[in-house]
Amino acid sequence: MEDLDQLRDELLTAIAAADGLDALEAIRVAALGRKGRVTELMKGLGQLAADQRRAAGQGLNAVKTAVAVAIEARQSGLASAALDAALAADRIDITLPVRPQAQGRIHPISQTFDEIVAIFGEMGFSVAEGPDIEDDFHNFTALNIPPEHPARQMHDTFYLPENAAGDRMVLRTHTSPVQIRTMQSNPPPLRIIAPGRTYRCDSDMTHTPMFHQVEGLIIDKTTHMGHLKGCLIEFCRAYFEVPDVPVRFRPSYFPFTEPSAEVDIGCSRAGGELKIGTGGDWLEILGCGMVHPKVLLACGIDPNEYQGFAFGMGIERIAMLKYGIPDLRTFFDADMRWLRHYGFVPLEVPTLLRGLTP
Amino acid sequence: MKFTLSWLRDHLDTDAPLREITDTLTALGLELEELHDRAAGFENFVVGEVISCEPHPDADRLRVCIVDTGAAQTQVVCGAPNARAGMKGVFAPAGTHVPDTGLDLKTTKIRGVESSGMLCSEREMGLSDEHDGIIELPADTPVGASFAAIMGLDDPVIEIGLTPDRADCAGVRGIARDLAATGIGVLKSWPHDPVPGAFDSPVAWRRDLGADGDACPRVVGRAFRGITNGPSPAWLHDRLRAIGLRPISALVDITNFVTFDLGRPLHVFDIAKITGDTLTMRFARDGEEIDALDGRSYRLDSSMTVIGDSVRALGIGGVMGGEHSGCTQDTTEVFVESALFDPIRTAATGRKLGIESDARYRFERGVDRASADWGAEVAAKLILEICGGEASTLTMAGETPAPAPAVTLDPRRLETLGGLAVECEAARNILDRLGFATKLVAGKIEAMPPSWRFDIESEACLVEEVLRVKGFDAIPAVPLLADTPLSRPAITPAQRRVSFARKTLAGRGMLEAVTWSFLRDKDAALFGGVGDDLRLVNPISADLDVMRPSVLPNLIAAAGRNADRGMNQVALFEVGAAWRNDTPDGQQLVAAGIRTGTSGPRHWSQEARAIDAFDAKADALAVLAACGAPAAKAQASADAPVWYHPGRAGALRLGPNVLAWFGEIHPAVLKAMDVKGPVAAFEVFLDAIPRPKAKSGKARALLQVSAFQPVKRDFAFVVDDAMPAAKLIGAVRTADRKLVAAVDVFDVFTGAALGEGKKSVALSVTLQPSGHTMTDAEIDAVAARIVANVQKQTGGVLRG
Repeated sequence: MEDLDQLRDELLTAIAAADGLDALEAIRVAALGRKGRVTELMKGLGQLAADQRRAAGQGLNAVKTAVAVAIEARQSGLASAALDAALAADRIDITLPVRPQAQGRIHPISQTFDEIVAIFGEMGFSVAEGPDIEDDFHNFTALNIPPEHPARQMHDTFYLPENAAGDRMVLRTHTSPVQIRTMQSNPPPLRIIAPGRTYRCDSDMTHTPMFHQVEGLIIDKTTHMGHLKGCLIEFCRAYFEVPDVPVRFRPSYFPFTEPSAEVDIGCSRAGGELKIGTGGDWLEILGCGMVHPKVLLACGIDPNEYQGFAFGMGIERIAMLKYGIPDLRTFFDADMRWLRHYGFVPLEVPTLLRGLTP
Repeated sequence: MKFTLSWLRDHLDTDAPLREITDTLTALGLELEELHDRAAGFENFVVGEVISCEPHPDADRLRVCIVDTGAAQTQVVCGAPNARAGMKGVFAPAGTHVPDTGLDLKTTKIRGVESSGMLCSEREMGLSDEHDGIIELPADTPVGASFAAIMGLDDPVIEIGLTPDRADCAGVRGIARDLAATGIGVLKSWPHDPVPGAFDSPVAWRRDLGADGDACPRVVGRAFRGITNGPSPAWLHDRLRAIGLRPISALVDITNFVTFDLGRPLHVFDIAKITGDTLTMRFARDGEEIDALDGRSYRLDSSMTVIGDSVRALGIGGVMGGEHSGCTQDTTEVFVESALFDPIRTAATGRKLGIESDARYRFERGVDRASADWGAEVAAKLILEICGGEASTLTMAGETPAPAPAVTLDPRRLETLGGLAVECEAARNILDRLGFATKLVAGKIEAMPPSWRFDIESEACLVEEVLRVKGFDAIPAVPLLADTPLSRPAITPAQRRVSFARKTLAGRGMLEAVTWSFLRDKDAALFGGVGDDLRLVNPISADLDVMRPSVLPNLIAAAGRNADRGMNQVALFEVGAAWRNDTPDGQQLVAAGIRTGTSGPRHWSQEARAIDAFDAKADALAVLAACGAPAAKAQASADAPVWYHPGRAGALRLGPNVLAWFGEIHPAVLKAMDVKGPVAAFEVFLDAIPRPKAKSGKARALLQVSAFQPVKRDFAFVVDDAMPAAKLIGAVRTADRKLVAAVDVFDVFTGAALGEGKKSVALSVTLQPSGHTMTDAEIDAVAARIVANVQKQTGGVLRG
């Protein structure tokens, strides 16, 4: 049936030439619609003799299928081209800045404190706290600093007015009173670190009237200076994240410890730049010692049975050393440029397992 | 405390190199603060002799010298008027760095004549401004010798820091004793035999101290006559100059020397200026005045010890002598005071008068109890040697105080407390070398502290003595292990909440600040003020004179400072204390924050809006939620303290318990603080947040989700303008507690069409069925109940 081949070619040519979905639909209706040419031919099959009908039917079906497939293919091609054209027209400038999302920061003092907790926590210390406004007993007397002791002058204490009971409260000059409160209210063994604000009436390039300290205390029956060294050497190396930093213990004096020591870490000052590590120079970072028997007695602990060590350090100082912050006074200025620069993104709490400073 | 190496060697026989000595000082607790090598830079300068000195062929003022430098003969062109053959001077060869000019010398031709090196003036050496001629050295100075050596500059100056307990090391001899105890050298013997008196002292001592005899327990003195108070000898000059003291006259220099050499302050009175024949240790009369040796006049009180003659106070005991009886160059008869003064009283006197002196420094730490007596002998020996004349017999009053009682050291404590095992004999040897009188009693060391130690009061002190001599480096470090195999929480749940608050606020884009705990009274008054118990007696400045009643004012002030620096969008928070009173309970832990400006920077895709109370409310609610407070149950009430805007602020409460305040800061407060608004602020009281109930475990309640489609319906109610949205929401919720799953407010407006004093609140209500999908009839029924309940509880009507 030559006319079927011709019909098919004719329709396929028209389909290929269709320039849009509407034209294609018109072709489909004209060919396969209710009154379409192919449909009409199908209707005419019934008038043919049976043997002719079979052959003609097969041929007509083949044409119908070919046309339907071609229409579908052409349809999807046209749709895809239309989408391409639409998308091509729908462009944005992807170099434009994103919508702003403010990023907050944690103050270096908080970060440093979290790092300190992460280290001492692994050694079994827990955090204890106490009031900033202290009485004379907790801040001085119980710490073996009697009223006439020169150490009280060393401390540049802030005083509050005498109260009705004749007591003069002070702004604590160290967080040691927390040690006293802990020993008074908890039986040994004890392992605490006491962080917090401390105050001294002093203000210059390297002193601010308020600063932060963390102190540590361990009381039991066996802890000696060897443990003190082990504990603080471990701390220094972990905190500064310099595994081989030299640590030196020098005899010193504090009223509340005996023996007493100051701790230096190794550093280099070559070229005017401070670098913590092996460098031949030393940098003082903390004070420590074995708790003075009089301090234990003042807290109701028998010094013949119990002993232990205490240490204290300035949080700002070790933060400045680790993070390279040059000026103490800037810690308290709340300058947003400073906070953004030296502050920490609050991603996670530092741990030794996952790493301290991000 | 400063001294030179050669001075130390007067007391310590040692060959140890300087570095070892200074390291040992630090290891002993006598921390090296500074090592000043005065010879540094003078290495090339040597003594040269001018062999010949001829006029320069081409210059009138220059001469051509041949200088013998010991190693060679060198030609130098020299312009100094005093250059001449035979003289000895300081020669710097070519290549030497000249301190004054900062240049390196080069061999050069001066007007055609070669010159290699230089003969130096004092100015060129950086020693003084003297530049009239070159330095002339004595004829017997050895040619080729190091200039630094012959000037005594090769004697390094050592400065150590002294802790307040080590009074005994405020003299070179004490330092030498400590060093000798380590074995680095041997403490030299120190003869201070009694100097016989040639006549009876014309001045006698008396103590008139009543019951407070401790103020001056012992005083010894002796007179000298026929002395000459000229300049002191070169060795004494050099010592004093090396440690930064100015030589004055032989007598003054001797007292200064003994102060630094032996830690024994002395005072010398000109006998001619003493009225009467008695010097009395007594307390000053209130208001009594004295002109002291520092040229200033001081008003004394009755707590201060003075040395008085029959007319006036001649000195402030332990602190400073008086002008009146001071020695001059014409003085020929003097009386030397060697006394002991009470450390506490001396410190208090010095502090009250504002006098820092070498005497006070030592007396307030404690001066050797035996030294009142030997001080008078040492003084006699030096005065007779340097000033001539003769010494009287001794005169004295009071008693030498008893030494500190013996302390017993169980040698095992060196290991169990000190962490270092030391043999009993070795420990005892150390204590002996430090001057303790020791004996063994039942395996323990009984140690009597020497008269110069004031810091030995318990076994722990003896442990420290032995350990510091052994060096803390010798103590083996022992790991400090936790007593559980795994770490336990180091912080309490309450402390953990503080950390949650911090991280939450930083996560919301705020910067954590740490501001002062104090502020100025004027600003405190804007935030409720403080009682007298929170006013500092001695503030560091008038701007920081009271404890803060709120964390906000310092943050608001910081916002002002940031605005001054051009940053107008401030988002700061602080977690810290605020005070209600001076008791421990009066300290509250607060998480506070402020936001100013707009919600963000100007941006091409979205418009920034002004910060308002809802920003602060959101921050506060976020903190409460992070801290485990039932934030959804907290009621907002429109009452906030006076520092907030009266119409744009509120409280978040659980019943009567205020968890937080939030809102916009009162414009008048901002004006008073000179900060541009609006400022949205919040204060969350962390201590007020209920502690979460201890649960049996960490398991969550079983999740129950409905299998059926939720339905959303919108309602708009017209209510009175004053009707809180929260009440409307509550009415919707309680209309059907089981079905109403969520109520969102999506529109609030007022307008003339609604009528005066009315507002429209549009709500989107989510209904969540649990048993079956809701039918239209069921939805209509719930909607009707909602409308009815709102009508009943708020008077609101559905907008048509």
